[in-house]
Amino acid sequence: MLVSVRGLVKAYREVKAVDGLDLEIAEGEIYGLLGPNGSGKTTTILVLLGLTEPAAGEVQVCGFNPTREPLKVKRQVGYLPENVGFYDDLTAVENLRYIARLNGIPDKESKDRIREVLEQVGLTEVANRPVGTYSRGMRQRLGIADVLIKRPRLAILDEPTTGIDPEGANQLLDMIVEMRREQGMTILLSSHLLHQVQRICDRVGIMHRGKLVAEGTVDELGAKTAGEGVELEARVEGAGPELATALEALPGVQEVKLQNGRLFLRADSDVRAEVARLVVEQGARLLELRRRGLTLEEIYLRYFQG
Amino acid sequence: MRMRVVFWKELADLFGSKRFIILFFLILIVAGAAVYLAGQSLQENPPLDTSYVYLRLFTQGAGGLPSFLSFLSFFGPLLGILLGFDAVNSEFSRGTVSRVLAQPIYRDSWINGKFLAGLATLALALAGIILIIFGLGLYALGFPPDGGELARMFTFFLLGLVYLGFWLALGILFSILFRQAASSALAGIAVWLFFTLFFYMAAGLIADQLAPVALDSPPQEWARHEAIRDMVLRFSPVTLFEEATRAVLMPTYRGLGIVQALLQPNVPTNPLPLGQSLLIVWPQLVSLVALTAVCFGISYVLFMRREVRAI
Repeated sequence: MLVSVRGLVKAYREVKAVDGLDLEIAEGEIYGLLGPNGSGKTTTILVLLGLTEPAAGEVQVCGFNPTREPLKVKRQVGYLPENVGFYDDLTAVENLRYIARLNGIPDKESKDRIREVLEQVGLTEVANRPVGTYSRGMRQRLGIADVLIKRPRLAILDEPTTGIDPEGANQLLDMIVEMRREQGMTILLSSHLLHQVQRICDRVGIMHRGKLVAEGTVDELGAKTAGEGVELEARVEGAGPELATALEALPGVQEVKLQNGRLFLRADSDVRAEVARLVVEQGARLLELRRRGLTLEEIYLRYFQG
Repeated sequence: MRMRVVFWKELADLFGSKRFIILFFLILIVAGAAVYLAGQSLQENPPLDTSYVYLRLFTQGAGGLPSFLSFLSFFGPLLGILLGFDAVNSEFSRGTVSRVLAQPIYRDSWINGKFLAGLATLALALAGIILIIFGLGLYALGFPPDGGELARMFTFFLLGLVYLGFWLALGILFSILFRQAASSALAGIAVWLFFTLFFYMAAGLIADQLAPVALDSPPQEWARHEAIRDMVLRFSPVTLFEEATRAVLMPTYRGLGIVQALLQPNVPTNPLPLGQSLLIVWPQLVSLVALTAVCFGISYVLFMRREVRAI
């Protein structure tokens, strides 16, 4: 395990930001840490980097304890903070060179590396402009370059897509997948934007009030939350109470609710075929029929709404 | 050493910053004018005793302008505060702090690097100003300084550096205490005004309370009053610096306070060797160094214990 956390507790004054967190990340994985704002994601990340001291718990990153040997951890871990900041009056190259020097990379070597990473993130043309003139998306990409420059084993990206447009966000996510493919990097990213994370993560963990409330692949989580039955959602033109009663009579269907022209069904098993046939036989027009509880968004909402 | 990387980066930043350039030239112009006028008045009324005449360029006011020394003790603090007041909080507000501290450097190399870079900037600025004054002196007086004068000048330089270093450390301390650069700058300026202007009044008030005197009081009571006032004043780095430099730049200077002043006519006025001059103001020197160290020490501890997540 590249990262292993056991019983982590961290409190800021009276508030417990992280409260008994267990987390394991294997080498080569893309792990998504999800949760609403204030659920303890950033705090967890800071502890992993040795930037803040935990009150209790065991933490191992790349084989070292980040509290006791922060330098050994920081040498192998790249970090893109939320709202990453640069020295605005320096150019991208100068900003990166400073970081390279702090990592003890000789200038001769860092020159090539800087060119390489700037090309990877598509900033070659603006490389010699002061970072103060960059857009939010460009800064975020420069942040990725900043992580890549030290060639880390583990990259920790805190809310990498927040505040940039969907197209930029997608480019950024592709870049992250690329990082893993080309360099075999392990990636831990935190986010509250679910559909994006869903697209690239091997595994996700959902944090709530400082605890990991669910963990697994997106499919596993879907199966887990849908454990007590199957939920279907149907959009039917001209749906009325009669249709709902007819559907309720179907074998295996437990409950039918009609809301804003949409039908919500709970059943013992996947009865989509039967529902479709019935609706058509009743002479109504079936516009959409899908199984709920499968997208991460829905899993997520279930955890936080009750 | 990773501290060196931080040091050079900060040094480049400070030297390139507009505020440093502006204040440097401001001080240079004011100081240059003071020294030029002092030089002229020395030419017009040559002193009977021409030894250490170079040092008089620094201590003599002329043409209504105060001496270079007064300018330095008054404006020097601004330079120090200016270099320090946003050293740490600007990194927090720009969001660079977590990115830099996530690199394999110790936290203290970062804060030490910043302090040393500030100190190096001050050293270069001060050395520059002193050398320019030397050049002016050469022009105004027409003969080079001797070894004794150079030694005293160098001592004065070190002293000035410690003094400016104190204000730099204070600026850095405020940059850690206050999240906003503006509040930190204001706090720095408040302390500066307090010590350069109001502290004299405060010291007078305290002395009046502890040893009230009237016009017809006996000399002993006046002496006690003045002694208390001087003691209170010595809590101020400005006074410490002024007293220490007076001894360094005026070789005939033998003591401080009213008692010595009263005795002065009976004491020979030939110059003291540098070592003896330093001995007179040794307590002031040590206090000044200690103040700087304490100030930086507090900043250091606060910074090391500060949570990176600045909420």
